[in-house]
Amino acid sequence: MSDHDIAMTINGRRHSGTVESRISLSDFLRGDAGYTGVHVGCEHGVCGACTVMVDGRAVRSCLMLAVQADGADVVTVEGLAAPDGTLHPVQQAFRDEHALQCGFCTPGFVMTLAALTQGGARPSEEELVGALSGNLCRCTGYQGIKRACRRLSGSNMADAGEHA
Amino acid sequence: MKPAPFDYVAPQTIDEALQILADAGGGATILAGGQTLMPLLNLRMSQPFILVDINRIAGLQGVSRVDGATRVGPATRQFQALGDERLARDLPVFVEALSHVGHHQTRNRGTIGGSVALGEPAAEMPATAVALGATIEIRSQRGTRRVPAREFYVGPYLTVLEPDELVVAIDYPDWPQGHVTLFREVTQRPGDFALVGLVGALTVEGGRIARAGIAWFGMGPTPIAAVQAEAALVGKALSEIDPEAIAGLAVADTAPFTDHHASTEYRRTVGRRIFARQLREKLDIREAA
Repeated sequence: MSDHDIAMTINGRRHSGTVESRISLSDFLRGDAGYTGVHVGCEHGVCGACTVMVDGRAVRSCLMLAVQADGADVVTVEGLAAPDGTLHPVQQAFRDEHALQCGFCTPGFVMTLAALTQGGARPSEEELVGALSGNLCRCTGYQGIKRACRRLSGSNMADAGEHA
Repeated sequence: MKPAPFDYVAPQTIDEALQILADAGGGATILAGGQTLMPLLNLRMSQPFILVDINRIAGLQGVSRVDGATRVGPATRQFQALGDERLARDLPVFVEALSHVGHHQTRNRGTIGGSVALGEPAAEMPATAVALGATIEIRSQRGTRRVPAREFYVGPYLTVLEPDELVVAIDYPDWPQGHVTLFREVTQRPGDFALVGLVGALTVEGGRIARAGIAWFGMGPTPIAAVQAEAALVGKALSEIDPEAIAGLAVADTAPFTDHHASTEYRRTVGRRIFARQLREKLDIREAA
């Protein structure tokens, strides 16, 4: 069927390719662009592991066609840490609070929280935890993830300086 | 878990989209936010020949005013409508219902029109359109028609939309400032479809109910207007309202089914309880001693 020439920005770099209509954004990011930090779990929008940022908003990349992202600005988990390896505040909070075990779901959780805390935003803990209803984790029991949310939230003023 | 092959087009205008739908002769499926359609494609439960992506049609987006109503463009994303100050002020129950649709990530892509036009019987937005008395404007190359939301839904995922038709606007009539809103849903987890849900609006003038629009979701094959309860409420003084009796009338209009989440009896019982409780809370009616 029809092929499409597409181009998008991924983690700040221009990436172009030719895709079949039916190729999902998640498969394009993994297979064509090589960003395998995009984890594909359920492929029908339930687990949230494939969450990436498209034009600054967290979306499920398995529920979007690659051709729909033509011209978009996409950020995957590979785009979060600084070039020198300094972790993004969300990644650091996950590390400090032991918010992962096997790690399969982690890129999705991290991208959801990274989208909500862009530009130093500090939503409430309730808002952050609420947004994570769209991400499933089978290992942790969520307690470490919720502690990471508290650390990233506006209610945690002790750490406010370090994310500013 | 990968979709079957299909063609993909992304028209820039409504007219272009209508031309494609007409030419496809029923083989086209409209792609709005994709938060329901994409899973169906991935699971190969839906195998269209051609996907018509309406996300690049500017004329289908945004919230505006028309005579006596708030017009919501069908391709308006759910997160945009959630953040719209005019909607929050004029139709607070629309925004409250919308906050229960899916998850943060799905609301970032999902659209109002996608939810309204899909007609999932347990979803919030179809019932909200029914409750508030919305009118759905539909276009095809054959012309334009305006269908009341109360006549739009035929069965589960089944509406009066023909294959060559496109929803181009959803008009929610004005409700006066300060009107009473009703909303309650029972779900197993946040973001799930409701086992039982109700949404509505009431106006009170001189101590009497002047206008009522109430609908159920998750209580039958379509969103269901609680027409008997509406009729019983209108004209009644607040002091005369018996919430349990009205709730009984409201449930009498439903046709809930039994599935592995809940039985028909459970849905009726919970429906009656949440309906009566909403009336009592929102109209400040004290429980009989």
